[in-house]
Amino acid sequence: MSRTAIWYWAARAAFGWLILLAAQVIWLVADTAGVPLSVHVTGLVATAVVAAAHVTVMPQWRYRVHRWEATPAAVFTQSGWFRQEWRIAPVSRIQTVDSERGPLEQLFRLANVTVTTASAAGPIKVGGLDRDTAQRLVAELTANAQATAGDAT
Amino acid sequence: MSGPGGGPLSGPAETGWRRLSPRMLLVHPVQEVVRAAPALLGLLVAGTSSGGKGHLWSAAGVGLTVLFGMLRWFTTTYRISPEQVQVRRGLLNRKVLTVPRDRVRTVDVTSHVLHRVLGLARVEVGTGTSDRRHDSRLKLDALSADEAARLRVELLHRSPAGQFPGTQAPAGQSPTAQSPTAQSPATSPVSPAAETELARMRPGWVRFGPFTMSGLVTVGVIGGFVSRLVSEGNIDLDRVGPVRETWRWFSAMSLALEIATVLLALMVFVGVASTLGYVLAYGNFRLTRHAEGTLHVTRGLLTRRATTIEERRLRGVEIDEPLLLRAVRGARLSAVTTGLRSKEGGQRGGSTLLPPAPRTEAVAVAGLVLSHTPGATGGPSPVTGPDTGPLTSPLTSPLTVPLIPHGPAALRRRFTRAFGVHAPILLALLLLWVLGEPPLWPWLTAAALLPVTALLAADRYRSLGHALTSGYLVTRWGSLVRRRVVLRCDGVIGWTVERSFFQRRAGLATLTATTAAGAQSYQVRDVDLAEALRLAAAGTPGLLDPFLEPAGSASQ
Repeated sequence: MSRTAIWYWAARAAFGWLILLAAQVIWLVADTAGVPLSVHVTGLVATAVVAAAHVTVMPQWRYRVHRWEATPAAVFTQSGWFRQEWRIAPVSRIQTVDSERGPLEQLFRLANVTVTTASAAGPIKVGGLDRDTAQRLVAELTANAQATAGDAT
Repeated sequence: MSGPGGGPLSGPAETGWRRLSPRMLLVHPVQEVVRAAPALLGLLVAGTSSGGKGHLWSAAGVGLTVLFGMLRWFTTTYRISPEQVQVRRGLLNRKVLTVPRDRVRTVDVTSHVLHRVLGLARVEVGTGTSDRRHDSRLKLDALSADEAARLRVELLHRSPAGQFPGTQAPAGQSPTAQSPTAQSPATSPVSPAAETELARMRPGWVRFGPFTMSGLVTVGVIGGFVSRLVSEGNIDLDRVGPVRETWRWFSAMSLALEIATVLLALMVFVGVASTLGYVLAYGNFRLTRHAEGTLHVTRGLLTRRATTIEERRLRGVEIDEPLLLRAVRGARLSAVTTGLRSKEGGQRGGSTLLPPAPRTEAVAVAGLVLSHTPGATGGPSPVTGPDTGPLTSPLTSPLTVPLIPHGPAALRRRFTRAFGVHAPILLALLLLWVLGEPPLWPWLTAAALLPVTALLAADRYRSLGHALTSGYLVTRWGSLVRRRVVLRCDGVIGWTVERSFFQRRAGLATLTATTAAGAQSYQVRDVDLAEALRLAAAGTPGLLDPFLEPAGSASQ
């Protein structure tokens, strides 16, 4: 993964938390039911603390546990901290290689690559790659996959 | 224009639109009326009770339905060109379905009772897509039986048709641009004839009928129909004499007797319905292998179904033993094949290779089916090419080889998981009882079920097992339905190793082999991590080698 991915994950997580915080603030301002101010403040502080912890720790951790590797013969990914998952697919069985960039990913000049095989159960996702690496990976996999004949089922 | 035997099937590309059999003008209306029967009946009853014009309304409804059914014949046309099969249908919402012919993987021919009386058959063309929308299926409902049979042969047996002039395939205009690696079943050592019978329904198998529990569905359907009839027709059950009598006799009994009676009645009913269902669904069952490289399954006493599975799409077989069936040493056999989603196919019987039958028979038929699946369609060649040699020996055949158990850690995990579900329920019920809401007996029942849970966990462990032999990956799991999947190693198109937090602590992993066939992925559950990696490495040689370093000491 690109190190920029850490910032991207942090930004994405922060974005989600900000929405929650904004909702709480709106509730505080628009509150007419008479919930005491202390309850509101406690809620806000608790959310902020959890958010800060999540935004700082999660990306680092994720960066540490996520790995990918592509050889001429196979694609391999490792992901997950509670439920660890290793996925491997031979290049000869690759059906499609997709590359995708969301708006936030564009901002960080990142991309993710999804490799699908003929099995509905086996797509391999590599997220948080920098753009050049992603392009190179796609080109490489496509070239290698084309080299094999058959319908790869 | 479109009667049976109306010219060659591959007509000219532009003008080849053909209609279904005109006899469907009789069938469609009946089908529609039957489908709308509860509503029509309700209309009749409601109309009669309110204004006395019920029969008029009802007649109008029937008329409309009949008209609607007949419209379907006029709006549906199909054509078969050398490249593709097309179906046009719909009046307001026109729809054209196109299937390239080299994507045709299965052709099912079904004829219901009405179809059979009129000599018709419905043709359903299956492609490799994992479609869940039934709407997008290419269905021809219906052609004359001759034409359906001819269509099936033509769609499936194109290229070998020239090599086997003995078959009734219309030789000639079929394109022979098939992938050359695909078909190699001509080396059939069994018989030079076009068709070899692998299995046939025996009358003795009916004894497995009551244990299939398919009758439960029937009970549900009948119950649903009665309740719908009652609610839509405003029928007061109390006014029906026999029902009232039975109810009076029934309510006079004690509670225990009541429960026993209901259970007994249900058991008898389900047993009879299951047996009946078994006979109707699987009567005349035949499994044959055609020299062109296909397996044909024909079955059904009233509704006849014929399914074709291309052997080159076959990636393995699955032997299922539901608990009841296992108790009487029975098993089902189904195919693991690409182009048929096993969940759907299994329900509709699409991939069935053998109905509930003696286990030994299922194993024997599975051996026959696997004995000469042709080579790989692409990708790396199999580890050890499956040939008849190792398959016949009980110690190397993937169907009978003793499986490697998953060890004490897996056993512990079965128990913790089983009680991890059971204990909270017990606790919650106890808490509720302490709080004073429900009576004690739910808790007592739950507590009494503890040994059952333990037995279940133990049996689930006993079922767990895996093996890798003669180029097949074998995995078995489950207790309520024990499944043994035999999957060709070259059908595996990827591996996933999953380790949850608790599995990591126990040193276990779940190895998933992804495949394009059947359920798309098959798991070897709670196996030792090193063993999982060894299995994956041996199943697809060379694939894992560059990646085994991060796992450190795991390999060998």
